[in-house]
Amino acid sequence: MTSLSKDVATGGSGGPMVRAEGVHKSFGLAHILKGIDLEVNPREVFCLIGPSGSGKSTFLRCINHLEKISAGRLYVDGDLVGYRQKGDKLYELKESEVAAQRRDIGMVFQRFNLFPHMTALENVMEAPVQVKRETKAVARERAQRLLDRVGLGDRTGHYPAQLSGGQQQRVAIARALAMQPKLMLFDEPTSALDPELVGEVLDVMRDLAEDGMTMIVVTHEMGFAREVGDSLVFMDDGVVVEAGHPRQVLGDPQHERTKSFLSKVL
Amino acid sequence: MTDIVDKVPAPVPPEQIKAIPVRHYGRWVAGAAVLAILVLIGIAFSNAKIHYDVIPDYLTDGTILSGVWHTLYISVLAMLLGLVLGVVLAVMRMSSNPVTSTVAWFYVWFFRGTPVLVQLLLWYNIALIFPILNLGFYKDEMNQVMTPFLAALLGLGLNEAAYMSEIVRAGIQSVDMGQTEASHALGMTQGKTLRRVVLPQAMRVIVPPTGNEFINMLKTSSLAYAVQFNELIKRSTDISSTSLAVVELYFVASIWYLILTSVFSVGQYYLERRYARGSSRTLPPTPLQRLRKNLALFGSFRRPEVSR
Repeated sequence: MTSLSKDVATGGSGGPMVRAEGVHKSFGLAHILKGIDLEVNPREVFCLIGPSGSGKSTFLRCINHLEKISAGRLYVDGDLVGYRQKGDKLYELKESEVAAQRRDIGMVFQRFNLFPHMTALENVMEAPVQVKRETKAVARERAQRLLDRVGLGDRTGHYPAQLSGGQQQRVAIARALAMQPKLMLFDEPTSALDPELVGEVLDVMRDLAEDGMTMIVVTHEMGFAREVGDSLVFMDDGVVVEAGHPRQVLGDPQHERTKSFLSKVL
Repeated sequence: MTDIVDKVPAPVPPEQIKAIPVRHYGRWVAGAAVLAILVLIGIAFSNAKIHYDVIPDYLTDGTILSGVWHTLYISVLAMLLGLVLGVVLAVMRMSSNPVTSTVAWFYVWFFRGTPVLVQLLLWYNIALIFPILNLGFYKDEMNQVMTPFLAALLGLGLNEAAYMSEIVRAGIQSVDMGQTEASHALGMTQGKTLRRVVLPQAMRVIVPPTGNEFINMLKTSSLAYAVQFNELIKRSTDISSTSLAVVELYFVASIWYLILTSVFSVGQYYLERRYARGSSRTLPPTPLQRLRKNLALFGSFRRPEVSR
């Protein structure tokens, strides 16, 4: 097995990879996030759990600015996400600057969101060629290596519709890794999969964690969180209810809400 | 019970059902009635006062051919104008700028709500309201500028743009939001996302109705007859007004329209196939591939097991 470490870059700031300070998010009247404070360190696997509607996916999407936060500050590798601060004034980043920030943050979606009109190989090559202006040869070589790595080296010419859900999600992980991100966001990556396909995706994620990738994982897979996670946060109703080491939070929850949630899912 | 699970019984070939099929007498009656009506129509037309013998000559008549050419190129040009303007209007309509989206809405409302014939006549007679065209750098009498060609192009093209903008908008909106998000998450900009991810997928929704629009355009262009544009119908009536072969020339025109629409229908089929990539597991075979497969099947008729 070749290592993925060539595709793993750790942050350059020396500080935490992600820092959230009092992050709020509202959609109209709906107050989804009500002051999130947390830190994610480089090389850490950080799991977010909680009931649906608790705001964990919304928080994840704020990290790469797919959603704009309403209040607070959110930093990735020391840089403010989506804004530039000069003195005490905040300036919105231009579209191209937001895009540049997102290059270094990979994201894997619940519904895969592969590009259906491109083959697996083309899906993985697309961003390096279009965004990083890599030559096709370089991009193809890495795409082939990444697809080999997620066990799909023989499926490069297949269109997403010709692949199973688990295979599609593994292509999606390879596609995100092709940009050589310093941070990977996973938004319930196994929730849309048939139970027998969940394992193959978790295996890839476990390998990635072993290679030192910083990962934030929104998940309902408590086994994965306990086994692979370095930190775990239980969110409910837009706030962090409980945080700590996964074995500690899952094994000995302190709050009533955590207990009642875990009693339903474990 | 466990025996069934452990030992799968050797497959016994099932006895084929031989039943007497239901007789569909109604189908025979309906078929006979339709055939009878067709025969009656055929007899009526063969006894009608139509000089069928002149039709082949007129089909390749120089005047008619020039009419076919004019019909073809005004359709293509008007369609191109409609396509380009349609994309612009669709983007305007979907923009967050309230001025551009309202203007786009108003454009579609007006051009879709008035008859093309009226629009053609308005362009042709625009000199009545603007006798002089003054663009600052260019000044001329409107009558000199607004030729039959320009009136036909603007009348047909601007009308088409209204329809095309709705088709393009529907296509873009049919693409899942997750596609845009995935593309943004990879660091692609808005423009790149539209070009590389959204539009190629929207094409699958845009191409079929656009093909219909073009085939419609081939026929609607006959209205340009009203602004003296030398398309097929204008040319046919030019001839029939002197030769008195009125119906024969409408037949000739109809045959040409059928030829044009048939040719472009085939082109549309291949274009749709091109943009269906990735939407289904296997692409439907082209008519040529189907023919070849059927021929191969026919050749290996005695060995059906290798026919695949």
